[in-house]
Amino acid sequence: MAEEVKKIKVTIDNISIDVPMGTTILQAARMIGGDVVPPAMCYYTKLEGSGGKCRTCLVEVSKGSEADPRPMPKLVASCRTGVMDGMEVKNMTSPKVEDARNGVVEFLLLNHPLDCPICDQAGECHLQDLGYEHGKQGTRYEFKRRTFDKHDLGPYIQLHMTRCILCYRCVFTADQLTNKRVHGILSRGDHSEIATHIEKALDNDFIGNVIDVCPVGALTDKTFRFKNRVWFTKPVNAHRECKCCSGKVTLWQRGEEVLRVTARKDQWGEVEDWICNECRFKKKQSADWTIEGPTHVSRHSVISQGHYEGMKKPTETFSAVHEGRKPKLLMDIHSVSEVNDPSIDLSAIDGPATSATYNHSTKKS
Amino acid sequence: MASLTNRVKVLEQQPLSFMERLYLPAIFKGMAITFSHIFKKKATIRYPEEKRPFSPVFRGLQVLNRDEEGRENCTACGLCAVACPAEAITMEGAERQKNEEHLYREEKYAAKYEINMLRCIFCGLCEEACPKDAIYLSETFAPSNFTRKSFIYSKDELLIPHPINDKEGYDAARVSRVEKLKK
Ligand code: SF4
Ligand code: SF4
Ligand code: SF4
Ligand code: FES
Repeated sequence: MAEEVKKIKVTIDNISIDVPMGTTILQAARMIGGDVVPPAMCYYTKLEGSGGKCRTCLVEVSKGSEADPRPMPKLVASCRTGVMDGMEVKNMTSPKVEDARNGVVEFLLLNHPLDCPICDQAGECHLQDLGYEHGKQGTRYEFKRRTFDKHDLGPYIQLHMTRCILCYRCVFTADQLTNKRVHGILSRGDHSEIATHIEKALDNDFIGNVIDVCPVGALTDKTFRFKNRVWFTKPVNAHRECKCCSGKVTLWQRGEEVLRVTARKDQWGEVEDWICNECRFKKKQSADWTIEGPTHVSRHSVISQGHYEGMKKPTETFSAVHEGRKPKLLMDIHSVSEVNDPSIDLSAIDGPATSATYNHSTKKS
Repeated sequence: MASLTNRVKVLEQQPLSFMERLYLPAIFKGMAITFSHIFKKKATIRYPEEKRPFSPVFRGLQVLNRDEEGRENCTACGLCAVACPAEAITMEGAERQKNEEHLYREEKYAAKYEINMLRCIFCGLCEEACPKDAIYLSETFAPSNFTRKSFIYSKDELLIPHPINDKEGYDAARVSRVEKLKK
């Protein structure tokens, strides 16, 4: 029998909402939406057991419940704390939370290399957003940042261990999506690192999804490595018939070239439908896909630069008023420029471009 | 003709006086002004033999910087291109290979880097955006030319000479600007 789910009332930053029993504070805040939602680096709705690792989602519970109105003594991780009837939560209205979150961000950045100029995640990195909102300008850390031996995860996935924040999302993904997990977190404390034991390639059909769940640039797509910055590529929604997954993806294009394929993400940056490796790594031609239209990009994201949804191109009036005469081009940029050379198909090469890729072109004399 | 507005002013023309009709006094007066300018300080200079000093904040032609070992600083991060209001900058990145460590400072580098000098408005936002100290606006301007295509500057034109292999060129090209800003 479908039992009536009991709704309970919770107030977050003075906004009240009725939510079903068993909801977490973070989920309740997401139901309200807007600025009251705490940031989350490790929690992932679709991954069971995720959350509780990074502490960025800390909130203050100023009233435990209707039955026991005492405040909770410490800040709690909202992604792992269930709501109680009459609970009152402070997120952005609490200076304690603000302060704690700044501290958490400082901790996350202690060993972080901050090589965003090289990092392929830049522009869609949750740690960048977090650092932008809560970070300090400088660092108080005086020691050498930790480094790791390079570890190869096979032909598809590039690991940069120094950027990892140990959120465990990729471990949960491999556990819950694939039948055999071959990577995990080895060692403890400062030495913890993502690795396989010993040197295995991650090649399960769905393992590519770890790239999408990684909140930072620790796991990135090798087939997209260094090919372009995300904000210069155009995201479009597309789909194809796929035997093993939903086939619903976002293509990141430069002109007609498909530089990268990712799963579609919702407003919290979480994957909507998992996609398989074939869709992600093998289908790099726009002919493989049925294109639906531009992906919605929040206008606060740098990716929205030059990205137009629902654009209507104005009709060319020149020929009409000049009795069919075409405008005279004074210079075709492609005859001079070496960038975006039509003879080099970046989407066709598996890894990053190297000097060998570009060596043959000598257009400009 | 009826005027369109009521603001029309009718000028009365007076006939020229005798002195004015002579013309010559006015001509001599004009000549005297012209002549007196010969002895005044010249406002012009003999460009290109002589050049005006640039202001320390002059923003001219971009240079792509190298570090003291001669490795290219630019990592093709695209921040200059996204900051550029004229969309003059384009680039393509590539991965540094094992034997190329002496050429590029970081793991990724700009294999191609172009600035369209026809578009550039020398605002200096690229310099401001660069996290790697890789691009500077120098105290020269792009030389004039007859063809449009010669204004697409690639790395050949933009890179500063190598500080070790071509020390003279490097010192000459190294604009005092960096030093000035340091002071
Ligand atoms: S993971 Fe994010 S913060 Fe770290 S280097 Fe990459 S873009 Fe920058
Ligand atoms: S000076 Fe301004 S217009 Fe010129 S390339 Fe730099 S950012 Fe673009
Ligand atoms: S010049 Fe600077 S800002 Fe521009 S791509 Fe290179 S490193 Fe980035
Ligand atoms: S999101 Fe709650 S602790 Fe990481």
